[in-house]
Amino acid sequence: MLGLTAKDARLYLIVLVMLIFAPFFLNPFPEGSGLAQFNAGYPDMMQRLVIFGLFAVGFNILFGLTGYLSFGHAAFLGAGSYAGVWMFKLLTMNVIPALIVSTIVAGLFSLLIGFISLRRSGIYFSILTLAFAQMCYSLAYSVLTPITGGETGLQLALDDPRVLGVTQTAEGNIPVPHLFGLPMNASTSLDIGAWSFTFSVGYYFAAVVFALAFYFTIRLFRSPFGLVLRAVKSNQGRLSYTGLNARPYTLAAFVISGMFAGLAGGLMVSMDPLAGAERMLWTASGEVVLMTILGGVGTLIGPILGAGAITYLEAIISTINSTVLHRWFDIFPEWLENLLVNIVYPFVGSGWHLTLGLVFMIVVIFLPGGIVEGGRKIYGLFSRKREEPGSMPPNAAAQPGPGE
Amino acid sequence: MGILEVQGINKRFGGLQALGDVNLDVQEGSCHAIIGPNGAGKSTLLNVLVGKLKPDTGTVKFEDKNVLGLKPHQINQLGISRVFQTPEIFGDLTVMENMLIPCFARRDGSYSLKAFIGIPSEKALNAEAEEMLDEVSMLEKRDMQASSLSRGDKRRLEMAMCLVQQPRLLLLDEPTAGMARADTNNTIELLKEIKEKRNITMAIIEHDMHVVFSLADRITVLAQGTPLVEDVPENIKGHPKVREAYLGEAQV
Repeated sequence: MLGLTAKDARLYLIVLVMLIFAPFFLNPFPEGSGLAQFNAGYPDMMQRLVIFGLFAVGFNILFGLTGYLSFGHAAFLGAGSYAGVWMFKLLTMNVIPALIVSTIVAGLFSLLIGFISLRRSGIYFSILTLAFAQMCYSLAYSVLTPITGGETGLQLALDDPRVLGVTQTAEGNIPVPHLFGLPMNASTSLDIGAWSFTFSVGYYFAAVVFALAFYFTIRLFRSPFGLVLRAVKSNQGRLSYTGLNARPYTLAAFVISGMFAGLAGGLMVSMDPLAGAERMLWTASGEVVLMTILGGVGTLIGPILGAGAITYLEAIISTINSTVLHRWFDIFPEWLENLLVNIVYPFVGSGWHLTLGLVFMIVVIFLPGGIVEGGRKIYGLFSRKREEPGSMPPNAAAQPGPGE
Repeated sequence: MGILEVQGINKRFGGLQALGDVNLDVQEGSCHAIIGPNGAGKSTLLNVLVGKLKPDTGTVKFEDKNVLGLKPHQINQLGISRVFQTPEIFGDLTVMENMLIPCFARRDGSYSLKAFIGIPSEKALNAEAEEMLDEVSMLEKRDMQASSLSRGDKRRLEMAMCLVQQPRLLLLDEPTAGMARADTNNTIELLKEIKEKRNITMAIIEHDMHVVFSLADRITVLAQGTPLVEDVPENIKGHPKVREAYLGEAQV
């Protein structure tokens, strides 16, 4: 199907079904029940899941295939965000031009940074990308304030010279991003019994963009180009004695993954037209590295799972506060209740990074292949069937840890 | 006129003269062995030939084209392939994928962005790769991960990867180092077959005299970075200078 092997087509179909029915199965708990706070089926959350999934899938094209660990990909996401907002300010509130320009700007940006950084490999490459990203952050925060809005970030104003479109709506408001007139924040709700499901234009638009990008990624993974990228990771010396020049391949991978990041940035501002410098901060770059490793480096589905897990855990765990904890543990005697709350409290709310750190350590130590490897182990445990060869990229099983 | 002409190569590493005025003339269709005791500069010479090292002075010409200053991938594209002392393969990839990479390199040059076509649709290249695997009798291992192969199989895979490029010069760096006797003999047979069937010029660096005298048409003896003698194997065997250089190293 679509030039994919049966196995890849099945994977793609599963992802498509997940995207289409996400509003249902991310909302498994009825409204008003105690578990409702674990629901993730609201538009804002689902958009974040898809956008970070896109970011991680793109990052994996560079890191997963070539092994070059970039610590500066957030800079491309940030550049894409700024470019998107500028398109909203200057041209039109339609999201299509914004996404195109976001992708192109991030691509040019990554061409420049990649060209310089790829002169080195290993840890030096990582440091170079980190340095560039931090430079971009500092510039965006201070010197480039006229372009980036500095500390306050770049946002729409009531006097934007929108060439193809209106500066203000009839009510005197800032117009919202739309797809040929279909506003991104429009949504309809479906109530079934105690459950309430929300379908928003923004989410489904992001999902379509993601589906197209993921299709491109599968094709890229299975192409001769993808094969050479994996060869770069495996043995760069042999590659050059085989007559292939690794540099343009790695640069192309770098630019492609930078464009994915730019596209993700463009989608972010399409949902909420506001871009800030903190999107370029090194912690944001580190987050996508964590997502990719947590899910499974070099696999197709891994980055999606990793991005989903981290985005979901962040949203859910950080909303748990001591009131919620007391409610959970109030079936115990008071002294035990207080003890349990005090034990759990540092790991939730604003301390959710502690939980993330623990989860990450456990995954790296016990499952260096990430969630995908975990899933495969469980699958192997239950069905004693032998795995068919070539079911995943052969390098998927034996991934080194993050320090490779 | 040789296919590979090396003239006046000098290479210093700090105070060490690794190569001193090395001249080498490899005739087309021959198997030229370079022997010498440890530290004679054999590997340095090979690294110069493939573009890994840049000599201080001298020229290297392959089919009348100057190759000094070219990058390894450019030199390979001219038709020079190299087999390493320890097999260098793509360990993370399958055997078949290992074979496909040199096929793509030969057809498409040193870079091509084929990011949107499926590998199975490249029927001609797949057939070519399979044929070559069959020739080194590894076709049934085509889906194995290359790093899990035995050492002998890795060597054969590397050889097949070089041969599928149809090089005009094959450089071999101690192809039987660390091999058991039986494996060594297999390798000799493989190389003889290659030589007869494909008429590929070979330059071989080797310690094992058994291998050298089974294969070589001409032998150059290096000692302390300088060529001592160059002659046919029969004359090398009893040569006094060679005995001197190898004294205590091996029975020549």
